[in-house]
Amino acid sequence: MDSEDLYQEVLLDHARHPHRYGKLRPEEIQVDLENPLCGDRVCVHADVEEGRVARIRFDGQGCAISTASASLLGDWAEGRPVEEVRAHIEWFAKVMRGEAEPDEEKLGDLMAVAGVRRFPMRIKCATLAWHALRQAIDQTASPTSPDSA
Amino acid sequence: MEEIRQDFPILHEPTPGGGRLVYLDNAATSQKPRSVIDALQDYYETTNANVHRGVHVLAEKATQAYEDARIKVAEFIGAPDPRSVIFTRGTTEAINLVAWSWARPRLRPGDRIVVTRMEHHSNFVPWQAMARAAGAELVIADIRDDGTLDPDAFQRALDGPVKLVALAHVSNVLGTVNPVADLVARAREAGAVTVVDGAQGTPHVPVDVEAIGCDFYALSGHKMLGPTGSGALYGRLERLEAMEPFLYGGEMISKVHDDHSTWAEIPHKFEAGTPHIAGAIGLGEAVDYLRRLGPDRVHRWESDLATYTAARLREVPGVRVFGDLPERGGAVSFVTEGIHPHDLAQYLDQLGIAIRAGHLCAQPLLRRLGVTAVSRASVAFYNTAEEIGLLVDGLHRARSFFLRG
Repeated sequence: MDSEDLYQEVLLDHARHPHRYGKLRPEEIQVDLENPLCGDRVCVHADVEEGRVARIRFDGQGCAISTASASLLGDWAEGRPVEEVRAHIEWFAKVMRGEAEPDEEKLGDLMAVAGVRRFPMRIKCATLAWHALRQAIDQTASPTSPDSA
Repeated sequence: MEEIRQDFPILHEPTPGGGRLVYLDNAATSQKPRSVIDALQDYYETTNANVHRGVHVLAEKATQAYEDARIKVAEFIGAPDPRSVIFTRGTTEAINLVAWSWARPRLRPGDRIVVTRMEHHSNFVPWQAMARAAGAELVIADIRDDGTLDPDAFQRALDGPVKLVALAHVSNVLGTVNPVADLVARAREAGAVTVVDGAQGTPHVPVDVEAIGCDFYALSGHKMLGPTGSGALYGRLERLEAMEPFLYGGEMISKVHDDHSTWAEIPHKFEAGTPHIAGAIGLGEAVDYLRRLGPDRVHRWESDLATYTAARLREVPGVRVFGDLPERGGAVSFVTEGIHPHDLAQYLDQLGIAIRAGHLCAQPLLRRLGVTAVSRASVAFYNTAEEIGLLVDGLHRARSFFLRG
């Protein structure tokens, strides 16, 4: 396998210029996850409004795969209903574990991230931001949270 | 050189990409010469039996080979008495043995343990845990910006109720070779018991535990051409004799009564259960191989090659090499502007070049260096300047791949 298989152009673009990345103030960080293997770190803040993921922001440092994965996920998820995002994250986890087939129509540019599943050592890099976003929207969208009131 | 490389079958395995393997991850584990691989197979084919128990011929043969390996390891590190060498699973277990059997029962609230900023987690976390459990203080002696230990910081750390000093012989990240004899002498003067982490020491520098003067020296077999799961702890006889066992069970007892037991003589007191017999024998064979090459020669070659590696890497734009050292162990760590260490390691892997990326089990040190991950190329005596050339070419290619656009 070539590096081009893993680092597709779209993935490298997002790694170089990730969307929704910036400094988050400590009180804004809802979820802070680390990949202990490599020290990659992703922090996330997600606003939920009227049952939709309204705004996502990331902070942290990581490899090209984890950074691009967060960026592409943000592009896909923002504006979609919370339930759809949750289901998508769960399905994507199955794709990465090899329990479901990647579907180009469902994934769009995220196909580049799904390609990482052929590199077992890097799957954690690809899914770190997904776990973080899932936890963030679970917190925000819970019935006790003011956002959902 | 080609002759030496012929001794290592894995260096001739084709890589998934079809090219030759450039193995530069020797600080993680060394490759194994044919003689060590053969010793393992030969043991299982002709000798396999449990040690120190049976009276049959195989048991006797196995015991003899196992104890011969202990003598070889003792001679290799300058230990005057083979009884001072305890076989362990590796450095981690050896250090934990000292932590649990020597330190735990002796540490009192207010006591001090001193380590350095460049310790591997295996020589850091056990002491942190022991200090916390006993209400003792863990003091970390800092390094200087050139990657060497700060002697003044070390001296200051010793100024207090210091009970134990634990330090690396050679850093697995920076490649720093610590002046252990001098540091140990100062620690002893301060009244401390000394533990040297030799995981990166025994493969790369000639070791003489008597000249170092330490109380304990821990080593890993698999980093010095031996099998994984083999290793040893050297301890001064009087220290070992005064210590309680670490693990309890078979082989480590003298007599078992209904209500108490007495312990076997050292080293057996510290080798509960069936040991990794084949591993110890393989380690003995690895020692034979290294002695044939000559530890001085090995050290000179590796130190020169690592110095060359650092210099070549520094020529690549955007590369920052850690440690500005006159003498090096095998490890050279660096970061590359705009390329995460994991992406670099992945890219080089496609070219058949194996390096390590990550925190290298040295998070306290990486915090000091101001990075969360580094790339590390670590050489052994079977590596060549030509291979370093391939690494540098690969780095240039990685830069044009990741930094284009």
